[in-house]
Amino acid sequence: MEFFRNPNIDFLGKKWYFLAFSLVFSVAGILSMLFWHGIPLGVDFRGGTLVYVKFSHSPDDNAIRAALDRVGLHNAKIQRYGPLTNDEVLVDLDVQETNEAALDKGKAQIINALETNAPAGKVDLNNASSLTIKNSLLEKDPLHLGTDADARYTAIAQSIVNYRDKTKGGVLSSLDELKSVVDPPVVAALQDGYYLSDFGVRNVEIVGPQVGKQLQTQAKLAVLYSLAGMLVYLGVRFEWIYGVAAVVTVFHDTLITVGAFSLTNKPISLTVVAAILTLVGYSNNDTIVVFDRIRENIKLMRREKLADIVNKSINQTLSRTILTAGLTFLTVLALYLFGGEVLHGFSFALVIGILIGTYSSIAIAAPILVAYQEWRSGRGKAPISMPADTGKKAKAKANV
Amino acid sequence: MNKNLRWKVIVIVVVMLVFMFGIFGIPKSLSGTGLLAAMTDRIHLGLDLKGGTHLILQVQVNDAVNADSDRGIERLKDDMRSRKIAYNDVIKPDPANNPDKIVIKGVPPEASSDLRNLIGDRLPEYDASSGPENSWVLSMKPQQLRDLKDRAVAQAIETIRNRIDKLGVSEPVIQEHGLGQYQILVQLPGVDDPARVKEIMQSTAMLEIRQAVDKQPYPDEQAALGAHNGVLPDNTMLMHGRSIGASNENGDAVWVISRVSAVAGHDLREARVGRNSQTGSPEVNFILTSEGGRRFSQFTSAHVGDSLAVVLDNKVMEVATIKSEIGDQGVIEGRFTDEQAKDLALVLNSGALPASIKYLEERTVGPSLGADSIRSGMRAAIVGMLAVLIFMLVYYHGAGINADVALILNLIILLGFLGFSGATLTLPGIAGVILTVGMGVDSNVLIFERIREELRNGKTPPSAVDQGFAHAWITIVDTHVTTIVSAFILFIFGTGPVKGFAVTLTFGLLANLFTAVFVSRVIFDYVLSRKQRGEALSIG
Repeated sequence: MEFFRNPNIDFLGKKWYFLAFSLVFSVAGILSMLFWHGIPLGVDFRGGTLVYVKFSHSPDDNAIRAALDRVGLHNAKIQRYGPLTNDEVLVDLDVQETNEAALDKGKAQIINALETNAPAGKVDLNNASSLTIKNSLLEKDPLHLGTDADARYTAIAQSIVNYRDKTKGGVLSSLDELKSVVDPPVVAALQDGYYLSDFGVRNVEIVGPQVGKQLQTQAKLAVLYSLAGMLVYLGVRFEWIYGVAAVVTVFHDTLITVGAFSLTNKPISLTVVAAILTLVGYSNNDTIVVFDRIRENIKLMRREKLADIVNKSINQTLSRTILTAGLTFLTVLALYLFGGEVLHGFSFALVIGILIGTYSSIAIAAPILVAYQEWRSGRGKAPISMPADTGKKAKAKANV
Repeated sequence: MNKNLRWKVIVIVVVMLVFMFGIFGIPKSLSGTGLLAAMTDRIHLGLDLKGGTHLILQVQVNDAVNADSDRGIERLKDDMRSRKIAYNDVIKPDPANNPDKIVIKGVPPEASSDLRNLIGDRLPEYDASSGPENSWVLSMKPQQLRDLKDRAVAQAIETIRNRIDKLGVSEPVIQEHGLGQYQILVQLPGVDDPARVKEIMQSTAMLEIRQAVDKQPYPDEQAALGAHNGVLPDNTMLMHGRSIGASNENGDAVWVISRVSAVAGHDLREARVGRNSQTGSPEVNFILTSEGGRRFSQFTSAHVGDSLAVVLDNKVMEVATIKSEIGDQGVIEGRFTDEQAKDLALVLNSGALPASIKYLEERTVGPSLGADSIRSGMRAAIVGMLAVLIFMLVYYHGAGINADVALILNLIILLGFLGFSGATLTLPGIAGVILTVGMGVDSNVLIFERIREELRNGKTPPSAVDQGFAHAWITIVDTHVTTIVSAFILFIFGTGPVKGFAVTLTFGLLANLFTAVFVSRVIFDYVLSRKQRGEALSIG
């Protein structure tokens, strides 16, 4: 099977279309960052409190809002998290709301607010720790255990918590469900001291403003350093203009990816930054493959114009470029579709970034080289040269 | 098979066996569940997959500096008195921001050289300079200040580790976080009651015994000041605490107590939970070290009839009249629950924190979310992997098998590495594994496409394979280096889950160099060695 046999597309002739396409997306992203959504920061970077709550039934946003208002959390953002059938809600409090001194106050308030219809004196089994359950079992001793009661009840409490968390996704809807994992007397004892609220807390993220700022600086530095790393590496391996072309290309990719987050108003979290850094490296792969071929062809076709050589090189590597981008895209798409909600932002960045990165190695990086050469020859200088072949490659040739 | 090829195959088999051992160890049974158990035993899962709490603490190092400069001031005053250097006052102008800065006011000019000598002898860690109006400004030397702060962080880590170990949390991570930010990273896998652990970690547990100057507490600070006509006696201070014996037992009370402690935290040898012999309620008994005990008996014999206060974390817990000399034991009574008494004994035994700590960040992943994440991560990995494997077979036929074998070996090496190195597998780490598959196959595609091109140009299969590998090699190195560079930067800057991603991606790609180039070449050579001259190569 073969997708491309000797393609011969005049990519450089279409550079104005490419430029227009890139401009539209970059400018849309920049405008959105400046005037619309800004750069939507995740809790990692802006600080604040996020509590992920899973309900046993379809949650009612208004009821949750009312409950939060009652405990004084007026500016909480409430949004559905994940697919609707998950019945999961994300409660988002600003830093101001949670205040730095009591970092976990907000979390406790949210849980209190949601536990409105708690029967007096009973403990919520959906949000109880295994230690609490063990202690109350030990007190009631429903199985009349002797010496090893502590160990036995610890194991029973653990199996109850495991059943709740691992099998039932964190929320039990009826205490009777427990009959499948523990003996009836235990269930009866639990019915005595416990009730079931309609929710369980699945995940809590609390980030103080100080850490948020620190992480912001680190993320910016990391992106800058990796761009600089690329520039230096490509400058050494090829020639500095190749490094510049590659870095401009990667910057273009990063800009459009961040722009996509701004346009869709998806928060940029730490893992999204990780994805962007990966893209900085990955997007260079395609560019390097094309550059490598250009370098090889410059030596083989000394008389041809650089524009023709570049066009030929892109065409020669097109099959490989599309194939590998396609295969990486397949895996990233699997992540996006099946990787779950936690990785959503991460895989979204990769999906966008791999598409743009592949496009840009053809549409941005190579034309920059040609444009630079035309500018130089316009000023009467010699065309760009290539550094001598590395020893390894020469040796490999000698082996043939 | 020629000899050279046989050796290469042996190398590959040995590498595989070594990394298989990395993944599974020596499994007890070869059934599916047995292998899975062996695997989860060797590959550590991150907090985001197994559930747990991740905390970042800020050590308020200025507390430690303040404590140190307070001691410095005491020493300075004593020495100035004994060397007969006159002064008006010794103050710290800005304890919150410059805790090491001490100002001595009103030193007569003729005492300057005496004072300078004294500081050189007794407070060598300070730089002194004369300021306006006969004042002297002392500030700690930068190196000493840094050391002091670093020591505070190291000691805080040690203390917190002691406490967490006693709680029986398995595999906790407690380490310095960031560079020079005086932060500590604490990771507690599987703790399902993080509130209690946080409470225990945060407790400074600074136990002191001081003299209670007034035997009765006052309801508020004004009343206490009023009782002394607005001026507290020398070397005393106000401190809040429980109003022992008063009717409103839960209310706030203010005590007038001495500024210096007779016995302090490091004089404590052991604390134990006990029961009050009369009421039966829980209490904490403590025993002092011999040195502490000696000072305690000196203090008590000198103050028979006075009151002593047991102070915990700058809060008066207990006040009692000294009836006779007391040796080395004491008791803290409070309205403790059993649990609270146990926790208090635990924190006292683990030593005092040198400085208070503040929570900067907390992430708690519930075990239910962790289980979901493992499920969806695995699902995405299997779907992504199958898609790539099947595509390679369809597109490259025989050579596709070659690529698939190389990819699977790539995975084995990566997972084996995770098992050997003790690196943790996080959810982004699983994503890194998936990406390794997608990016790793790039090398195969590069080589295969080149081989096809050479075949099209009329080369024989052996020479096309040779050329394909030779030309693709440099490109492969370049592409790997760029990705590894950004993964490395990610590793330096990232934390927790993100670090896990950087680790898997880096090692996945390194392993890829071996599998996609070396292993794949050996397979090609093997296939070619069994073919007749002129027979076609199956590469789609």
